[in-house]
Amino acid sequence: MEGKAIMISQIPPEYALGLAAILFALGLIGLLVRRNILFILISIEIMLNAAGLAFVTAGYRWGQPDGQVVFLFILATAGAEVSVGLALVLRLYKHFHTLDVDAASNMKG
Amino acid sequence: MLHALWIIPASPLAGFLLLSIFGKRFPRRAVAVIGCGTVGLSAVLALMLGSSFIRTLPEASCYRQVLWEWISVTGFEPQIGFYLDAISLLMMVVVTFVAFWIHLYSTEFMIDDEGYSRFFAYMNLFVSSMLILVLADNLLLIYLGWEGVGLCSYLLIGFWYQDPANGKAAQKAFIVTRIGDTAMAVGLFLLFLKLGTLDIQTILVRAADTWPTGSGMAIAIAALLLGGAVGKSAQLPLQTWLPDAMAGPTPVSALIHAATMVTAGVYLIARTWMLYVLAPPVQAAVAVIGAATLLIAGAAALAQRDIKRVLAYSTISQIGYMFLALGVGAWSAAMFHFMTHAFFKALLFLAAGVVIHCLHHEHDIFKMGGLRKRLPAAFWAFLIGGASLAGFPLITAGFYSKDLILWEAWSSEKGSAWLWAAGLIGAFITAIYVFRVIFVVFFGEEHTPAEKRPGRSMQLPLVILAFFAIIAGFVEIPKTLGNFHWFSALLSTAIPAQRESTPVRGAEMASMTIAGAMALLGIYLAYLLYLRKPGYPGQLVRAVPVRKIQRFLFSGWGLDWLYDRLFVRPFVWISRINKNDFIDSIYGGMAALCRSLHLLFSSTETGRVRMYAAGIAIGAVILVAIAVML
Repeated sequence: MEGKAIMISQIPPEYALGLAAILFALGLIGLLVRRNILFILISIEIMLNAAGLAFVTAGYRWGQPDGQVVFLFILATAGAEVSVGLALVLRLYKHFHTLDVDAASNMKG
Repeated sequence: MLHALWIIPASPLAGFLLLSIFGKRFPRRAVAVIGCGTVGLSAVLALMLGSSFIRTLPEASCYRQVLWEWISVTGFEPQIGFYLDAISLLMMVVVTFVAFWIHLYSTEFMIDDEGYSRFFAYMNLFVSSMLILVLADNLLLIYLGWEGVGLCSYLLIGFWYQDPANGKAAQKAFIVTRIGDTAMAVGLFLLFLKLGTLDIQTILVRAADTWPTGSGMAIAIAALLLGGAVGKSAQLPLQTWLPDAMAGPTPVSALIHAATMVTAGVYLIARTWMLYVLAPPVQAAVAVIGAATLLIAGAAALAQRDIKRVLAYSTISQIGYMFLALGVGAWSAAMFHFMTHAFFKALLFLAAGVVIHCLHHEHDIFKMGGLRKRLPAAFWAFLIGGASLAGFPLITAGFYSKDLILWEAWSSEKGSAWLWAAGLIGAFITAIYVFRVIFVVFFGEEHTPAEKRPGRSMQLPLVILAFFAIIAGFVEIPKTLGNFHWFSALLSTAIPAQRESTPVRGAEMASMTIAGAMALLGIYLAYLLYLRKPGYPGQLVRAVPVRKIQRFLFSGWGLDWLYDRLFVRPFVWISRINKNDFIDSIYGGMAALCRSLHLLFSSTETGRVRMYAAGIAIGAVILVAIAVML
């Protein structure tokens, strides 16, 4: 246990933040590039997790528990978001018979 | 008894409200009963009030009834209040009395008209406004009545609005009188600014205390009020609206454009007489305007073919006589002529209305003729009214009132031989044009057969008004003929009487004889030209200069043409250039800018979720970049 903790503590927080940034960028690219709404939702999950990772890293850096607390909140939010999102996916599919979000562009100005 | 004063204007107002709200649901009979009944109630009350008021003279020379405070701003507290003295009493009695008979006449005249209840609603509103004007104790309330009668005049000239020409005539009347009204409003502002009140009796007292005779402010205010009077009373140079106002139904012409409303200007000047005494140049201008108008309008009446236009020009001309009398300070003579004129001119219009009614709306006198036997009531009424208008000596009312004006124009210290001569020539012309109509319409050969005959409710007003067109003159008989001065004694309780002129009995007699002779001469000339040798005027017109003069007079001295060139066309031209209103374009520009920005931003609203997400991402990146860099 002791050795493991030492090992983790030796990972500099910049690495973890860099990973979070990469994950976030991947999620954003996925969100912008994919047209299938399911993949968009997954991309959003990735972005949320990236944000959670950044929080945890920040908490670790300052030696505070707040980062992990916020991550729990983010998990709860993500759960709620996914349930609403999946409900929207079902409605979208019933209405347009496709999962392509660009098909649902009726509300243009 | 006098406490019932407020009912007199309120009763026709109630009639107006009833008719304008429920008029369409009432049967014609009920409309007629309401229309006549409310005015009749006013007339009866006015007569009763008048007799009880006269009995208390001269101890109580005025009665004042304040109903409520109209507006209350610091220092400016006009009231809804009525003021009864000899002048307003006279106006009130004549207005309600004549109005009642004309209403009665209209119940038959308008019977086939679709707008029966509308007509009586307007007429009742008119009577109410006119009574407010006459009875008001402050100038603001007078102004309310003034605009009220103007509105009713507009509505009734354009009563048959399906014909655009009538609508145009109504607009012309409204706009031309508005010119005078604007001057009057400015005069009221000045009065309030300088004297701090609009109450008429206070103004008369304060004006005399504040300004010396001939002071600039008094002249300015008197001139501005004169502007209003000139517009309303159709005097030079604003008289052009009255001949066109004949587009309305004939009872309207009789009531509004002859007997009552057009004399409001005379009333206004008599009411504010002190201002004119303080402004001698303006008073002289009143006399000159009157003299010029009576000549110009009389001459124009000579050339008209439309029976109502002849009477319209004659109205302008007779009001010119009243202005002449006001201008020489003969206040009671002006009011006397107002009274007799109201009777005989209403009578003439109603008789003309009978002719027009029975000849299927024929207005051209040369298409009438020989109607003496077919329409005896109209003939006798027109003859009596015409004789009174022409001033037929001794037996008619018009003779006494016109003679009094002529005598005052000669003998008063403000009068002159020129004014007298103008009045005399005017009397001569008057006799010619009115008897020209009588001879052409009622004598000679029949051109258009009369198919209808007037009923009882059209004939009765003729009889009553004919009676008064004869006897109304006997309330004031000159010294040379019996020296009976009931009328001027009555009016002297409200307005100072003319100073007793030096007793030159010979001159007064001479003036009277000449005036009478002029009238008779005019009648004889009309007889020669239109009855004895009916072809002669036609031959005369064939000569080119005569025809040109005739055309010139027919057009009313070309004033319409002149005003059209001077005012109407430049105005239309300017408004055409500025069609898009350059001030408006500022606001229009703002709207256009908003619209283009709206188009720009709404084009970003594509409806694609991924675009929005990209937008959010880019925005967030920019914000973070800014936060990092700063």
